[in-house]
Amino acid sequence: MNPGKHRYQYLMAGLAAAFLILAAQLFRLQLLDNSFKVSADNNALLYQTRYPARGLILDRNGKVLVGNKNTYDILVTPRYVKDFDTLALCRILELDTGYVRGKFREYRMYRSRIGYRTVTFASQISQEQYSRFIEAAHKFPEFRGVPRTTRMYPYNAGGNLLGYVTEVDPAFLERHPDYAPGDYTGRTGLEETCEPMLRGEKGYSIYLRDASNRIQSSYRDGAFDRPAVAGQDVVSTIDAELQNYGEELMRNKVGSVIAIEPSTGEILSMISSPGIDVSVLGEINKHYSRIASDPFTPMFNRAVMSPQPPGSVFKLVNALIGLQEGVVSTSTEFPCHNGFTARGIHVGCHAHKSPVDFTEAIMASCNSYFCYLFRDILENPVYGSEAKAMDRWSEYVRSFGFGTRLGSDFPSETAGFVPNSSTYDKVYGKGGWKALSVISLSIGQGELGCTPLHLANLAATIANRGWYRIPHIVREHGSDSTDAKYSEKHYTMVDTAHFEKVIQGMYMAVNAPAGQGATARIAAVPGLDVCGKTGTAENPHGDEHAVFVCFAPRENPRIAIAVYIENAGFGATWAAPVASLMVEKYLHREISSGRKYLEQRMLDANLLHKVPASPDYVPPKDDD
Amino acid sequence: MSPSRSTYRHLDWILIGCYILLAAFGWLNIYASTYSEEAAGIFSLASRSGNQLVWIGVAAVAAVLVLFLSTRFYKTIAWPLYILSLVLLAAVLVFGHEVNGSKSWLSLPGGFAVQPSEFSKTATALCLSRVMGSYGFKLSRTADFFKVAAILIVPVGLIALEPDVGTILVYCSLAFMLYREGLPGKFLGYVGFAILLFLVTLKFSPSVSILTAIGAVGLLRTLASRMPVRTFLIYAAFITAASFLPRLLETEFVSGFNRLDAEYWLLILTAPFLVWFIIYNVRNKIRGWTMYVIPFVASLVLIFSVDFIFHNVLKPHHRDRIENLLGISQDLMGAGYNVNQSKIAIGSGGLTGKGFLEGTQTKFNFVPEQSTDFIFCTIGEEWGFVGCIIVLALYLIILLRITASAERQKEKGARVYSYCVASILFMHVFVNIGMTIGIMPVVGIPLPLISYGGSSFLTFTILLFIHLRFDLERWK
Repeated sequence: MNPGKHRYQYLMAGLAAAFLILAAQLFRLQLLDNSFKVSADNNALLYQTRYPARGLILDRNGKVLVGNKNTYDILVTPRYVKDFDTLALCRILELDTGYVRGKFREYRMYRSRIGYRTVTFASQISQEQYSRFIEAAHKFPEFRGVPRTTRMYPYNAGGNLLGYVTEVDPAFLERHPDYAPGDYTGRTGLEETCEPMLRGEKGYSIYLRDASNRIQSSYRDGAFDRPAVAGQDVVSTIDAELQNYGEELMRNKVGSVIAIEPSTGEILSMISSPGIDVSVLGEINKHYSRIASDPFTPMFNRAVMSPQPPGSVFKLVNALIGLQEGVVSTSTEFPCHNGFTARGIHVGCHAHKSPVDFTEAIMASCNSYFCYLFRDILENPVYGSEAKAMDRWSEYVRSFGFGTRLGSDFPSETAGFVPNSSTYDKVYGKGGWKALSVISLSIGQGELGCTPLHLANLAATIANRGWYRIPHIVREHGSDSTDAKYSEKHYTMVDTAHFEKVIQGMYMAVNAPAGQGATARIAAVPGLDVCGKTGTAENPHGDEHAVFVCFAPRENPRIAIAVYIENAGFGATWAAPVASLMVEKYLHREISSGRKYLEQRMLDANLLHKVPASPDYVPPKDDD
Repeated sequence: MSPSRSTYRHLDWILIGCYILLAAFGWLNIYASTYSEEAAGIFSLASRSGNQLVWIGVAAVAAVLVLFLSTRFYKTIAWPLYILSLVLLAAVLVFGHEVNGSKSWLSLPGGFAVQPSEFSKTATALCLSRVMGSYGFKLSRTADFFKVAAILIVPVGLIALEPDVGTILVYCSLAFMLYREGLPGKFLGYVGFAILLFLVTLKFSPSVSILTAIGAVGLLRTLASRMPVRTFLIYAAFITAASFLPRLLETEFVSGFNRLDAEYWLLILTAPFLVWFIIYNVRNKIRGWTMYVIPFVASLVLIFSVDFIFHNVLKPHHRDRIENLLGISQDLMGAGYNVNQSKIAIGSGGLTGKGFLEGTQTKFNFVPEQSTDFIFCTIGEEWGFVGCIIVLALYLIILLRITASAERQKEKGARVYSYCVASILFMHVFVNIGMTIGIMPVVGIPLPLISYGGSSFLTFTILLFIHLRFDLERWK
């Protein structure tokens, strides 16, 4: 065969191979690899985000706790930024030059990641600043503004409760892939709890742009645009007026107040003092460092995050357990001669008549009575050993919600602590302890940690005669399972019948005639049948903590409340007045003239100097 | 002498059909790539599509003219045309104006500008056809070989001074024609292998290149050997052992030796092997051993001079493009921008494309040079895989028609000319499309018949129609 013919064939084979290579690469680019389509859209389609208005937060009566106002974000496409008048821009937007320089350093650093995207340059630009920016916009062609909404607070109530809204940071984005840089999210409080409802859905408008980032036209006349869907409003269970009143009463005091509607478990107010003023919430970032370094830790929500020994109010729990276990009845009497003494152990008590019966013991808050009662619980022959009786007691206490997170819809709830036999086995060795070793539990001291929320829940449980609904601050969660969780009744291990006996004691503590040794007469409100129990929690740091729990009215209670004021002293002196004023405010909507003096005393009181954390701390005298 | 009327029946209408389809399709895509809402109409002379239409008209007239001239005429003017093209190429160096870093445009009175290098392709092809078709010409004869070499080297040298890498590459494609006419295959093989080694050295390392060269020698030896299995095993074992050398040098055990790079160690190791190989072959008078040893030594020289060539001979933008193609550096905003954007445009077309005038990438200037060198992006984006394959098919049909006709030519000169046309056309298509889809470095050469530009369109029209004219001679 002619050699030329061979070569022709080789050449044709090479030609076929070359065209196959081209076709194969085209096949790969156009049919196999989808990333080019995405890149093409990124190139040519400009998605301008339409931000939704965040949902409002309303109180239980429909008052707006958190509303919205219009502000603007300034966006920039760093890739196209050439020289611009930095000073002029700073002047218009009231930024400092360091901020602008920092931003652009950041853009250079993440140049490849940002690419041709548009990013947020400055946020929360006011209407006024924005109108000045628009006038000068021709000088800054790479910058543009988009309307955003920021929070406003018409009612000065519930700074801690509401939480705040802030731009998402890189760490948050890492954990929440459904957010994008520049989005806002709620932090702490209701804003965080209700984020899914409040957030709304972002929309977008699509524009076509050319390689110089000039917008050419709306893409397909907006056929594929998506409008933003505003966030849902959230109705909270908070009573704005009560919340505001409580915050006023707690001014200059460290502590917390929680009020619950017993029948529903709805939290009427939740105060942590000192708290964050709503006026700083809108611009929390500017104030953050000051808030974070405040010695009174206003960010710390004491109402749910601070477990403390409950003091005498815990006698109510022991009383109920004693009745249920049959170690006492309403007619059981115990002696008290300035306290309880046994085998070298002495628990002091104040002066009152002796012996006292069950009702009188609660009324007068007799330490001695509850030491006997608690010893009988632990030395109950039914259980054979203190350890077993202790575990049984622990179960009872837990059935009131103590020692666990109640599961409220409020973030950062802490569990507190309830001891059992193994707690003491660790301290004393197995079997190395007796009822007397742990006798302080009888009066709510020792190894007990309860948050104010636990105490308020105790008040609600007693008000309901034996059950509680998990305290919550949002009316409807938009999910059946969540709403079901909050409507479920949780019964304690104590029979309903026993509660009436304890309530009688609480009633007497507030409403007994003078001279009978009732501890909380200061909390009496004419016509309201307040039932309450004082507490004075001993505490190694400074003065005792003042504690008070109560509910009212006695029949069909509408409010249960716990007040915990740190280092204030006697519960009757400080906590009971605050609680009773709030009860009166809630049920009567005003304070009767006979109690105005009390209101004024509470509003005026400044107890901050008694708190060890305070810079003005004055240590208590020894004989105090 | 013109052929008779009846002969024109035998014109290659399939080829002409493909030619018309490509020209029309190109014209539509030039319109699409420059389209915008406010742009002038498709026929407006202010637009590129309007201009192109004028050139298509001019080319049609030229095509008819070319068909009516006699083949003897082409033989007669071959030399004068070739000389003229050299004069123009020299003139462009003096009077030409620079576009994109190369002096390749010559301004004519009346606002026109032409590229003499385009014209020189036709002239050179005709000249080669004249010389190689002459009686008694034999490529294997040294005098004839150098005659051909001289005809090629003079214009290539002038073009290299502009410099216009694209056109040099196109001239290189004439190697395919020379191969068909008897140039030993090993020349093509050596050139191909040299390019391979060059790229492997850049992409990987000289030691990998040395191993590649040893591998190639081993393969040839195996094919030629009387004991292929044994030869293969020896080479395979040697290459495997040598492959571990770089890793071995990194271990602590030998870190003291690490002052020398792996490739020098490899060289030291292979040197005795090479010496033994030469002595063994000479002693046993094994014929053809030069076929392995000389290329291997040449390979080593090449490998160790890659750095020098790359950094001192090539221009910075060529370096960038090659590095980008090999994935050594990925600067998507710099050298890699064009290719990346081009791949995005083509890739986003999918199976059937976005539709005529619906492309966003090419229309909004994301792809540079979208109506000239990167016109294929518009096709890829708006017409998709289907459109691309149809365009490839049209080119393939033209190439197959040309080569099939060339093989049937009685006259050698005509065959040479047709192969020149096929080679030039192939190189343009392969390099241009290859660069838009990222398998070739970016080289500024147009896509025949489709890219915007009068010189290029006219040149390809004349090249093809002279071939058609030669083709007609078969029917006389």
